[in-house]
Amino acid sequence: MDRPAHDAPLDGNAVAGLLGEAFAFETTLALVRCATCGRTDVVARARAHVSAMGAIVRCDGCDAVLLVVVERPDGTLVSTRGAAWLRAPRPADRPY
Amino acid sequence: MTAGATGGWHVATVVGARPLTRSARELTLSVPGLEASSPGQHLDVRLTAPDGYQATRAYSLAATGQAERADLVVDRVPDGEVSPYLVDVARPGDLMEVRGPLGGYFVWRPGDPGPVLLVAGGSGVVPLLAMLRARRASSSRAPFRLVCSVRGPADAIGREEIDEPTPGVEVHWVFSRESPPGWPTRPRRVADDDLAAPGFTAADGPDVFVCGPTGFVEAAAALLTGLGHAPDRVRTERFGGA
Repeated sequence: MDRPAHDAPLDGNAVAGLLGEAFAFETTLALVRCATCGRTDVVARARAHVSAMGAIVRCDGCDAVLLVVVERPDGTLVSTRGAAWLRAPRPADRPY
Repeated sequence: MTAGATGGWHVATVVGARPLTRSARELTLSVPGLEASSPGQHLDVRLTAPDGYQATRAYSLAATGQAERADLVVDRVPDGEVSPYLVDVARPGDLMEVRGPLGGYFVWRPGDPGPVLLVAGGSGVVPLLAMLRARRASSSRAPFRLVCSVRGPADAIGREEIDEPTPGVEVHWVFSRESPPGWPTRPRRVADDDLAAPGFTAADGPDVFVCGPTGFVEAAAALLTGLGHAPDRVRTERFGGA
């Protein structure tokens, strides 16, 4: 499910709607830790490749796949295998 | 129906359409059930063809704060799947689906004291225009500087509105391919001098929002961190074509 080569990668902001189908919190402000290199940052600052089927979210540090999101008729499926963890923001969380 | 953060899809009806440039149009949608949005947020728009084929794209909201209404600005991508329909074909009464409002990272809150440095490439100005509109509509006195890079004067979205004199708001245009008649500088790309202005330097600690195509955002963010802005104070949003 890779996107066409002429499309530049976007960022985690672009995946807010897709991830919002699976998680009940504001995902762009959620912290995600890369299982490969240990970089920890908000999802908004990760790279995102969006296609008709879903999205691949990659670490902005080492380019490892953090999350794979697939929209299916029976629901939205999120593989988090590349993430050590994902932490929901607290309601009062601000970006900085 | 899923019960995630987005609240799922809403049916939207086009209630207004206004051309802004030769390639961009503002569409107003009526969306029962849609929550009020914050400046900088976007919506996912889903179109369904008669054969069932669906295409979804994200578009920034140009105006915010009013529930059940969405003001989108769409710039046509010539070989795009969705934007040519929204710019050239959609008319009042047409139906589509939207999901949102989306995003919590690329958001300005009118209670923030500022200063705020906004950097736009092309139609990346749309979420920044929403922030500017929100500031003008509120009692905020946060100093704003908006740097808008466009190809030429005919491509500038909302230029008259953006240029409206407002105390505490400064606007700086950069023309990358064609300058307006009598403009003091030749066409050029955004450079350090455009971004470093008194009151908005790294030492002033502004919140920085950069939006545009991926290449523009990465170039501008590199200039900003080169000028000493902390990388985590520079919030970016990239958009693609389609």
